[in-house]
Amino acid sequence: MDTKRTVFPSQGLPYLLVAPQIIITLIFFIWPAGQAVKSSFEREDPFGLATSFVGLSHYVRLFQDPAYLASIGRTAVFALAVTVISMGLALILAVAVNRLIRSATTYSTLLLWPYAVSPVVAGILWWFLFNSSTGILPYMLSFFGVDWNHQLNGTHAMILIIVAASWKQISYNFLFFLAGMQSVPQSLNEAAAIDGAGPFKRFWTIVFPLLSPTTFFLLIVNLNYTMFDTFGVIDATTTGGPNQATNILVYKVYTDGYIGLNLGSSSAQSVILMLFVIALTVIQFRYVERRVQY
Amino acid sequence: MTILNRMGLAALSLALTTSVAFAQTEVTWWHAMGGELGTKLEEIVAGYNASQSDYVVTPVYKGSYAETMTAAIAAFRAGEQPDIVQVFEVGTGTMMAAKGAVYPVYQLMADMGADFDPADYLPTVVGYYTDTEGNMLSMPFNSSTPIFYYNKTAFEKAGLDPNTPPATWEDLEAYSKQIIESGAATCGFTTGWISWAQLENLSAWHNQPIGTKENGFGGFDAELTVNGPLQVKHWENLKRWQDEGIFQYGGPGGGADAPAKFYTGECAMYMNSSASRAGVLENAADFEVGFGMLPHYADTPAQNSIIGGATLWVLQGSEEAEYKGVADFFTYLSSPEVQADWHQYSGYLPITQAAYDLGIEQGYYEANPGSDVAIKQMTLNPPTENSKGLRFGNYVQIRDVIDQEFQALLSGDKDAQQALDDLVSRGNQLLRDFEAANQ
Repeated sequence: MDTKRTVFPSQGLPYLLVAPQIIITLIFFIWPAGQAVKSSFEREDPFGLATSFVGLSHYVRLFQDPAYLASIGRTAVFALAVTVISMGLALILAVAVNRLIRSATTYSTLLLWPYAVSPVVAGILWWFLFNSSTGILPYMLSFFGVDWNHQLNGTHAMILIIVAASWKQISYNFLFFLAGMQSVPQSLNEAAAIDGAGPFKRFWTIVFPLLSPTTFFLLIVNLNYTMFDTFGVIDATTTGGPNQATNILVYKVYTDGYIGLNLGSSSAQSVILMLFVIALTVIQFRYVERRVQY
Repeated sequence: MTILNRMGLAALSLALTTSVAFAQTEVTWWHAMGGELGTKLEEIVAGYNASQSDYVVTPVYKGSYAETMTAAIAAFRAGEQPDIVQVFEVGTGTMMAAKGAVYPVYQLMADMGADFDPADYLPTVVGYYTDTEGNMLSMPFNSSTPIFYYNKTAFEKAGLDPNTPPATWEDLEAYSKQIIESGAATCGFTTGWISWAQLENLSAWHNQPIGTKENGFGGFDAELTVNGPLQVKHWENLKRWQDEGIFQYGGPGGGADAPAKFYTGECAMYMNSSASRAGVLENAADFEVGFGMLPHYADTPAQNSIIGGATLWVLQGSEEAEYKGVADFFTYLSSPEVQADWHQYSGYLPITQAAYDLGIEQGYYEANPGSDVAIKQMTLNPPTENSKGLRFGNYVQIRDVIDQEFQALLSGDKDAQQALDDLVSRGNQLLRDFEAANQ
């Protein structure tokens, strides 16, 4: 590492150079996060006229609330499903496109389009496709004997948001996988081919291990995406229903805080969510990264 | 914000070197009326601004009801609040509890010496927004009540009298079966607002309590009581009717899918806000629309329905000159001409008796059948403890709980008694939270 160290002429300059980033982090992350931690220990009326310290009671209440515990479970199902589906499909598409020579750019451009669609629009789009009275998918599913009704059937609603959230994320994952694959030295593949390894064997023993930094990066990004950025998809489609079947943690923070004006409990929920994500990221860096080959 | 605006105004008037420096006081009004209603609202404000030269009212559209209320609360916490904010009826409990944040309308009108008589206003409308001493806390603006719409053409096809809407739920069931059997429509009825129409209004309409303490009017320690025999029977019926294809669910909240089911002729009958009247007439292109009162169960006479919609709350923290402007604007807003115009355009209830009388005089109700169903239904009987309205804290969340439990009922996870019992216990928990936060 010593070779990378830069020597600055003055002691203060490095601090000055990182100052903008530090200030932005302090103002836009540390300070609001601190406020959330503070108000998670308080009970307050919406207008902020009366505030009282209640200690850990918001947290205790949350972990005694079956609805909250169920929401944690649902978030896990949702996050895993979206991550696996969007990364899996993106990898297959990237492998397919990587084999093309002339049309690769066209396909890449087309596959990237969904990423430009905002989460709300993506949600509305799938909501139309799955609409039980006017949508085309329920009509086609009816031939297979499926009575699609995501307004009352919780499993259907969960499938709807998983599909919508995954669809949007595939483009992003695809782009990274494709870039990662193009940096795999062609000579390795050719050498393996000469040694008699088939395409499948070559992929698993050469390409996939060399892609692991990308895969690892995407795993973290995707889990964070499902935990935080899928809000728009849910708000535009199921609004957490039916009967809370799609009320994942981040959406519950919004409904309790923004709609219900229950700031204390909502803050406690965002603190818990923050801890979950920190814990997941730490686990990933400590245990998963060890198996990553840079 | 207002200071900045005024500085801008002062700079402008100095620059123009006219003699009307500081001529007009600006009053800001945050509202949640989008689309055509928003345009109409701006028209009313423009009419007021043109009618006098002391004040300028600036309406600002802040999004949905929930967004407008949250925005106003956030602004209050930052000391940047508007003078007037439009708050939906379920936010009433929260606003009323915020004693240091709101300027009660009766007090404002008295302090500013405005010409104001609470007796001019329709009791069933203002009753929702008065305290236990009968003082009016906010200014009603857009109030409506759920009414019954039906497809006259489908009635005729099914061999029913197109001029007789079902009076009771028993009739409604029988009519639905006849309509479906004759092929006039594939579904009997749908409804907007499960919470508002099929639970709160159902209770009031049958003179059953929604909660203790006069439906919460008597204090924050009230508890919900909507798991009574009548409500259980009704929800049991709705579940059975859904299974039989008589009833179709339109979704949570306002029931986003319900209007289309009625407009396309899929469902022959429909319950929703009286303010939906204009929309229904515009969209029901292929059939004639009939109007009626909500059905009631044959063994219980109808009482009166309760309102929904929004009122205007005045927030503390502005200067007296602005409050004078607010009082003046409210007087204008309550005048019979303005009220009658707004009511006739939008389908919202008139808030004063004079506005209703003006409509009668103009022959409006005769020329527009169905436009007076709401007001007749509201004033069918003098309101009782059970039918004056409701006032619970955290009610926005309780409305969500109602939707959730109803979905659990329809999906077969719970029976009606279980769903309503769970609704009551979850709702009471939210009421206790509100009580604890507002002591």
